[in-house]
Amino acid sequence: MSSTEHITATHVHRDDVGSRMGMWLFLFTELLLFGGMFILYSVYRFQYAEDFHLAAKELNTILGAFNTAVLLTSSLTMALSIIAIQRDQKTLSLFLQVITIVLALFFLVNKYFEWSAKFHHGIYPGSEELLSKSSGEILFFGLYYVMTGLHGIHVIVGMFLIAIMARMTRRGTITHDNYVRLENTGLYWHLVDIIWIFLFPLFYLIT
Amino acid sequence: MAVDAAAIKTNGHEPSYLEFKGKHTGILGWILSTDHKRIGVLYLISLSIFFLVGVTFGFLMRLELISPGRTIMDAQTYNSFFTLHGVIMIFLFVVPGIPAVFGNFVLPILIGAKDVAFPRINLMSWYMYVIGGLLAVVSILLPGGPADTGWTFYVPYSVRTNTNVMLALFAAFTLGFSSILTGLNFVTTVHRLRAPGMTWFKMPLSIWSLYSTAWVQVLATPIIGITLLLVAVERWLGIGVFDPALGGDPVLYQHLFWIYSHPAVYIMILPAMGVVSEIIPVFARRTIFGYKFIAFSSIAIALFGSLVWAHHMFTVGMSDTGQFVFSLLTMLVAIPSAIKVFNWVATLYKGSIDLSTPLLFVLAFIFLFTIGGLTGVMQGVLSIDMQIHDTSFIVAHFHYVMFGGTGFGFFAALHYWFPKMFGRMYNQKLSKIYFWLLFIGFNFLYFPMFIMGWLGMPRRYYDYLPEFQTYHLISTIGSWILVTGILLMVFNMYRSVKKGKVVTEKNIWGGETLEWQIDTPPIHENFYEIPVVQTDPYQYKLNEAKLEKEVVS
Repeated sequence: MSSTEHITATHVHRDDVGSRMGMWLFLFTELLLFGGMFILYSVYRFQYAEDFHLAAKELNTILGAFNTAVLLTSSLTMALSIIAIQRDQKTLSLFLQVITIVLALFFLVNKYFEWSAKFHHGIYPGSEELLSKSSGEILFFGLYYVMTGLHGIHVIVGMFLIAIMARMTRRGTITHDNYVRLENTGLYWHLVDIIWIFLFPLFYLIT
Repeated sequence: MAVDAAAIKTNGHEPSYLEFKGKHTGILGWILSTDHKRIGVLYLISLSIFFLVGVTFGFLMRLELISPGRTIMDAQTYNSFFTLHGVIMIFLFVVPGIPAVFGNFVLPILIGAKDVAFPRINLMSWYMYVIGGLLAVVSILLPGGPADTGWTFYVPYSVRTNTNVMLALFAAFTLGFSSILTGLNFVTTVHRLRAPGMTWFKMPLSIWSLYSTAWVQVLATPIIGITLLLVAVERWLGIGVFDPALGGDPVLYQHLFWIYSHPAVYIMILPAMGVVSEIIPVFARRTIFGYKFIAFSSIAIALFGSLVWAHHMFTVGMSDTGQFVFSLLTMLVAIPSAIKVFNWVATLYKGSIDLSTPLLFVLAFIFLFTIGGLTGVMQGVLSIDMQIHDTSFIVAHFHYVMFGGTGFGFFAALHYWFPKMFGRMYNQKLSKIYFWLLFIGFNFLYFPMFIMGWLGMPRRYYDYLPEFQTYHLISTIGSWILVTGILLMVFNMYRSVKKGKVVTEKNIWGGETLEWQIDTPPIHENFYEIPVVQTDPYQYKLNEAKLEKEVVS
């Protein structure tokens, strides 16, 4: 064999439908990941209905509602950015992606204040204050921290992904006839949104 | 299959995938390659290493049990050994096993594609596999000692023990991720990359089983991911989820664990069934009997298999209705499995059988799987399960299915596709010798466990009553025979990769599927031109016509 590269170089394969299909399958796995915790939530809620009722009152519904609005708006800007790139409006698309990131950041800052308020009141895993409460309340706050925490991690991952997409859009890798990556990122972002839409009523609204 | 052999162009000048030089050379050309065939070989090597580690732990455990009381290790070491044996064998060998090695290698070829749908994700899944494996190894070596919870990580013990459970949890989590990526890749590949004319019912049967497996991988694995993550969070931050001291419910952990881990059993066995369906027609020279039944039974197994998890928990406390439903569903799974066995046997009937090594392993598979499967139905019966739960009867049962089934299926696939993969032939005479060693050793090792389990020998026990001594002795002797067979096999394979007789013939076994119509070993990207498929797989027209004549006259 000669030392030069062989001529039959790997063919460039592009299949947008396939990419989307892969993304949807991945979203299924994400749904099931959270699904496991939703099962836990429903079982414990059934077991400790009273305690869950009491504990939910401690959460700040206004902050939660505000965050829901922020996240929903970010989903809108994300969807609009895809439409913009389809119409070949690169600058507009870029602008909307950046807005999405800013809104996501807003969500996290809000979450930070919410969590620190809880910590301030001594409600955090393993704290004396929490351990003195009933089993159901301990479980409620355990699930609250784990589920919103895992959701928060997904928000951060989403922000990184959108940032990469913004970079690609700026460099012209994502264009009006090749935008499947942006679309997939959008799908991921909507998933993050949908999970929050379920978390919000389960923890804040049902009291 | 399918395609007219002359339609696939070869000129014999193109370098094979083993010689292909891409952007990188040497070892980098392998570990950075996105070629599905190279990734398959990478998996084969890493899997074999972990398999041998798992065998070593199992061998030492067996040696410890040769006589009552302490023989070569103390009880804590023994606990770690069965945990490591389980974690390594399940997560690093049997679950990835056939899909990751042979699925990667032959799936794109069998459907007439140049690669999988997401080659880079494919490579990433191998890296996840290696990282997961290394985490497991590190958990053995670090101070604190290897995990001693059993591979099931049951809470509350897994939250309280001071061993390196965290690392073992993350190892399993990472390996689960790797498994998801493989599954996602295969589902998309089968949907998107079939060659023109390759309709669903012209797909080889191993594709059907890999496809069903891939769905289970995608849909079940996230549940174990989150469950193990929650145990980790509980250990790390003391968040109450499963720990009864914090109001949690340990039984709920068991449910979540088995919601994945029972379907995982089908992740393990289904690909092996695919291999069997692939090999039998070739060595019987007959059309597969009941193609659609075998294809749909794979889907049925995947479906029913996802709804039977609580039969692992009949003794932990569940409502009578729950027990009844799970018991019934468990027995239902036996139906599609039996459909497969009957179809395989019917295919062999009146075939012109060529008793080569791959077929020998397949026949062993059918024999051992039938024993394992039928004892599984026994355990699905509530009253019997109360008697044998957590005894070595269970250990015997799942080794008959996982090792006798999947393990032997893996060996069959290895001996079937080895010449295609490496362009060299292994020593066939030697392979038949160690086949018998494996088969006999296997039965000596595991059959006594059925008997002593029935008589009351608990599983995972370090010590036992003198009345079980004979059975344990036979079992341990069996393990020596089995290990001899395994070592001979590894030796044969290792030697044959380098020094085996060179094979350039395209179709060494007389198969009719696509992989036998391309070069040996395959070229980079498999096909010069994507083939057009016209007919069903496994035709064997000449033979079938002869058979028909016989029946008529």
